[in-house]
Amino acid sequence: MTASPLIEIKDLRIRFHGDDSRITHAVDGVDLSVANGATLGLVGESGCGKSVTSLAIMGLLPRRTTEISGAIRFDGFDLLKTADQTLGDLRGNRLAMIFQEPMTSLNPSFTIGDQITETILRHRGGSRKGARERAIELLRRVHIPSPERRIDEYPHKLSGGMRQRVMIAMALACDPQLLIADEPTTALDVTLQAQILELMRELKAASGAAIILITHDLGVVAEVCDEVAVMYAGEIVERAPVDELFSAPQHPYTVGLLGSIPRLDHRAERLATIEGMVPNMARPPAGCRFAARCPFVLEACTKARPPLVEVGPGHVTRCIRAPLELLVS
Amino acid sequence: MLNFLARRLAQIVPTLFFVSVLIFSLQQLLPGDPALVMAGEERDPNVIEQIRHQYRLDRPVPVQYAYWIKGVLSGDFGESLRNKMPVRELIAQKLPVTLQLGSMAIIIAFLIGIPAGIIAAVKKGTAWDYGANFFALWGISTPNFWLGIMLIFLFSIELGWLPASGYVPLTENWRASLAATIMPAFVLGNAIAAVLMRHTRSAMLQVLESDYVRTARAKGLSERTVILKHAMRNALTPIITLGALELGTLLSGAVLTEQIFSIPGFGKLIVDAVFNRDYAVVQGVVLVTATIYITLNLVADVAYILVNPRLRG
Repeated sequence: MTASPLIEIKDLRIRFHGDDSRITHAVDGVDLSVANGATLGLVGESGCGKSVTSLAIMGLLPRRTTEISGAIRFDGFDLLKTADQTLGDLRGNRLAMIFQEPMTSLNPSFTIGDQITETILRHRGGSRKGARERAIELLRRVHIPSPERRIDEYPHKLSGGMRQRVMIAMALACDPQLLIADEPTTALDVTLQAQILELMRELKAASGAAIILITHDLGVVAEVCDEVAVMYAGEIVERAPVDELFSAPQHPYTVGLLGSIPRLDHRAERLATIEGMVPNMARPPAGCRFAARCPFVLEACTKARPPLVEVGPGHVTRCIRAPLELLVS
Repeated sequence: MLNFLARRLAQIVPTLFFVSVLIFSLQQLLPGDPALVMAGEERDPNVIEQIRHQYRLDRPVPVQYAYWIKGVLSGDFGESLRNKMPVRELIAQKLPVTLQLGSMAIIIAFLIGIPAGIIAAVKKGTAWDYGANFFALWGISTPNFWLGIMLIFLFSIELGWLPASGYVPLTENWRASLAATIMPAFVLGNAIAAVLMRHTRSAMLQVLESDYVRTARAKGLSERTVILKHAMRNALTPIITLGALELGTLLSGAVLTEQIFSIPGFGKLIVDAVFNRDYAVVQGVVLVTATIYITLNLVADVAYILVNPRLRG
């Protein structure tokens, strides 16, 4: 990592207060950083805290029921302590986000042109006409055919893939320094996924924005990311450069994730799965959170929470048994 | 859109026909003989017979209906049995009074109900929300006549700010007219405000949870823009329809309220007509009311399409 990252998350903890005063530990002591222009993949299964982390960066978590501590430093600001007004100035401008659900993320009552120019006018000001021209240009950049005509259409006239392109255009409206993409391809079918990923790669090369790509799809990570952080039950369990993670994973959960990708060249009898269940996050276990499902578990694993240990340059894992190669051979 | 409008207008014709038949037949079931009422003290069988003949009460019911509907179609609703005035004239005289009252009531209802609903949703779970809900419960459960009497007691008798009864046409003196109608309009609008508030609140709560509201926040828009533009536009679409339909129920609510405030409107006209067995008036008033209600339904449908881009096509 470079000396001064664009965004640096320190010891982020997020707890949700439920209706019957039940507390859920959604994120527990997450440290992350992304350098200018880099792409970080944030990987994990549903409910591991990856989306919640991204919403915390954007300041979009419901305030009444959420308790957040730690620090999110972005370009001199601590986003957790920034006033609403300043946060509003950053959001949509230098920080932007693409959501998982293109079908419901656009407002059905306004044209897509309205919704894109709104962002431009909010952060850049200028004339309505200028903003409209920029919106057309953005739609062209995300490869929407005949943008001059499409700009006046309502979202219901567009397909899911087109809507996600509009969302991307909207996110790019003010040339953000950091783009958070929360499962941008999950709701789309496979051919569209490839197109959207291709588009994101192209735009990344053109804009130089840093990207945090949240996904549960390691295939997507392999294609787009420079570095990967794997989350499990609210913690980062492993972080490594992308090639290293795929060639030499050092956390049993990562190994399990990689093993559960179906492959055409190895026809297995059954799809590989990770045995067991995610721990109940209302009462997280004291030791390693993966212990109950881990094939390499020791007595010590269940006693204390394992620290993140460095196992290679830029490669850390939260496993006391690393390096794992020694165990298998 | 034009297609839709044509189709809806075509549906209105059979509906109105059915309503007119219903009104006419129900009338026949009412006890009392209008000829006897008109003959008054004089019980001379010859006079009564003559009245029967004059008003075609001696003809079969379908024939009576045919005569009536023929007149209605040419704008002639017949003549009041009581004061011999043409029914059309009576309606023309009383309808504007009730329309003024109804419009003021619906304006009051929207001005109170919608902001209260939005505030309650945005400040869910706070004192504001509980306050608005309490107000709504109070509004729905307070009887019109009781509220009317209490208002008269407070503002007319104790404070002497507003007249307790009577009516001044808007064209004659608008200040006096508003002063005379503000209390009954509030009484009428109050219950509707409560209904609108409850619906606005739940629609807003749903919309505020939606993905596109999150998108709007992610764009850095102010909370004000997020609520008043992105959320409200979607939440209010069903409320517009509801408002138009509630305007119809106002007409029935007016019956009681006009009695309390002695306002010479439609409600008072129909109550008097029913008690006097003034058939022609009852028929005319009910038919006009039904027509207004059906028209409002149509307006609500059109408004719903106009504000909803998905239906505009």
